[in-house]
Amino acid sequence: MAATPLLELRGIDKSFGPVQVLHNVGLNVYPGEVTALVGDNGAGKSTLVKCISGIYTIDRGTAVFEGREVSIHSPRDAAALGIEVVYQDLALCDNLDIVQNMFLGREKKRGVVLDEATMEEMAGETLRSLSVRTVKSLRQLVSSLSGGQRQTVAIAKAVLWNSRVVILDEPTAALGVAQTAQVLELVRRLADKGLGVVLISHNMNDVFAVSDRIAALYLGRMAAQVKAADVTHSQIVELITGGRSGNLGLPPEKPSDFIDITPAGEKQ
Amino acid sequence: MTIITKTAGGIQVVKPTVSSHIRDYWARVRGGDLGTLPAVLGLLALVLIFGTARSETFLSALNFANLFNQGAQIVFIAMGLVFVLLLGEIDLSAGFASGVCGAVMTIALTTHGLPWTVAIPVAMLTGVVIGVVLGTLVAKLGIPSFVVTLAAFLGFQGVLLTLLEGGKNISINDGFVKSLNNGTLSVTWSWIVAVVGVGGFAVAQLLRWRGRISRGLIADPLGIVVARIVGLAALAFAATYVLTLERAVNVVITSLKGTPIVVPIIAVFLVLWTFVLGRTSYGRHVYAVGGNTEAARRAGIPVDRIRISVFAIASFMASIGGILAVSKVSSVDPNTGGSNILLYSVGAAVIGGTSLFGGRGKIIYAVIGGAVIAVIENGMTLMGLNSGVKFIFTGLVLLAAASVDALARRRAAATGT
Repeated sequence: MAATPLLELRGIDKSFGPVQVLHNVGLNVYPGEVTALVGDNGAGKSTLVKCISGIYTIDRGTAVFEGREVSIHSPRDAAALGIEVVYQDLALCDNLDIVQNMFLGREKKRGVVLDEATMEEMAGETLRSLSVRTVKSLRQLVSSLSGGQRQTVAIAKAVLWNSRVVILDEPTAALGVAQTAQVLELVRRLADKGLGVVLISHNMNDVFAVSDRIAALYLGRMAAQVKAADVTHSQIVELITGGRSGNLGLPPEKPSDFIDITPAGEKQ
Repeated sequence: MTIITKTAGGIQVVKPTVSSHIRDYWARVRGGDLGTLPAVLGLLALVLIFGTARSETFLSALNFANLFNQGAQIVFIAMGLVFVLLLGEIDLSAGFASGVCGAVMTIALTTHGLPWTVAIPVAMLTGVVIGVVLGTLVAKLGIPSFVVTLAAFLGFQGVLLTLLEGGKNISINDGFVKSLNNGTLSVTWSWIVAVVGVGGFAVAQLLRWRGRISRGLIADPLGIVVARIVGLAALAFAATYVLTLERAVNVVITSLKGTPIVVPIIAVFLVLWTFVLGRTSYGRHVYAVGGNTEAARRAGIPVDRIRISVFAIASFMASIGGILAVSKVSSVDPNTGGSNILLYSVGAAVIGGTSLFGGRGKIIYAVIGGAVIAVIENGMTLMGLNSGVKFIFTGLVLLAAASVDALARRRAAATGT
């Protein structure tokens, strides 16, 4: 197992106005491993991803990429480091074809003219490296693809640029059984290629099927980051729902952490 | 049957053949992606109807040449509107914007006595400025384009009246400007234009085909490429033949033959904008913003700047439409670009196959749709039908085109994914 993390987040705080969404969150992403990021709705998974990808700026804390402290202020900064995010809603344009979508915003050009042939070659190579063997045409419109195929295009788009870290936001949420298996296989293959993969998922079966490590967020705090082999299904569920499981997770809440909001005079 | 072959990266794909190409096209049509097929069929039907009813006048060479001059303004405004429609926006002010730009040129030519080399660029610049202002209001302030351009529609009508000092009619004498939408090329030049145009298209198509084959990529079957070239050649040469026939009413007084000058002007802009939309990253980004704005934004595309630019292009093209409108009647009046010009232009773009919902459309659609509008207007006038009937019929055609668009979209949603 790789000893040094590819991406290391330390003490991340993020607030929206008076609401603090992330408290002192730390996360390590290792090359060649799938790190599952789990947590209940509102635990802060999406916020954390948007902080990593530069859509939100962090209030406090540091991000260390390959041992170097980095600051990520925009999606472009993240892309320059090799951090790519595959969003839940895919962010593909239905009216463009596979190649056009994969190069969207970063088209290859010769002079002012688009270099379609080079783009098509690169797209083909990338798809093959993901073990996609058959498509009808690389010039097929994305609107004509199935859910699993669209997910594959979205992932291929993310790995096209020699990315180092790929973050997948609920990649299997909308898929059937067979397609889910295909996408999970693809996720595993990304890690086997040496990338650091972060998989956000609600599905414990998916999480245990592919991940090496599991990071559980609970109400904006990192409850635990553990190796998948060391924990059981139910322990992770407890971490997600209660923030701790046995000796894992956040310390038990102390009564002093709470503010008494009972109106004076009603005290018994 | 389908044959499997390999493309970039050794990915297996279906090898395209002439029959599979035709099958795919038919599948796309059935799947709701009709493109410009309804417009082409409609155009053929209209020509048949008017051709049978008024074969003497409608099918004459004189009338064929007139169609280009009559449709030029609408085609130019519609070409610009395609960009705006691709983003799912609308520009209701394009008609009067073209009137204002035409008036600006006229005033520069007459009141200020400037040569056309200054007056025409000034008019075009006016168009660009108008577009940038409209686009900025839409993109930066977030006012719906319908409202911004509706306000501009009223505003420009007023600007035009003010420029013409309450409604004067100003005539122009500049020979060059007049010739733009009245003059014809000599017979020799007509043929040179046709041959160069078809030759250029053939070279571009074949070079592209060979380039893809040589890099081991999937290309359209050669049969289809050749069919496209032959099709264009047949169309262009037949049209040039008819246009170079003598069409003067009285040959003794004057001779009138040759391609109208406005035809190569339309062709140049058709090629230019088709290239921009299809072969540059700017065009790709226009389609992306129209297809999925959020995806475009996440891909780092400057969505606001794209939005402003399409309005600038639309008003720029409207300015050329205005120049041609002034050229055609050699004068400008408060109704230049008014009455039904804008509605006909939007109609042309939509009838041609541009989607009102954004993301789907080509520049050629504006030209084909413009031809449909021009043929309806021209044919019904020759049939001696009054304006009321013409408006009702044009309205029905536009409604039919918009229904095709909406149904195609529903169908695509049902068959896609």
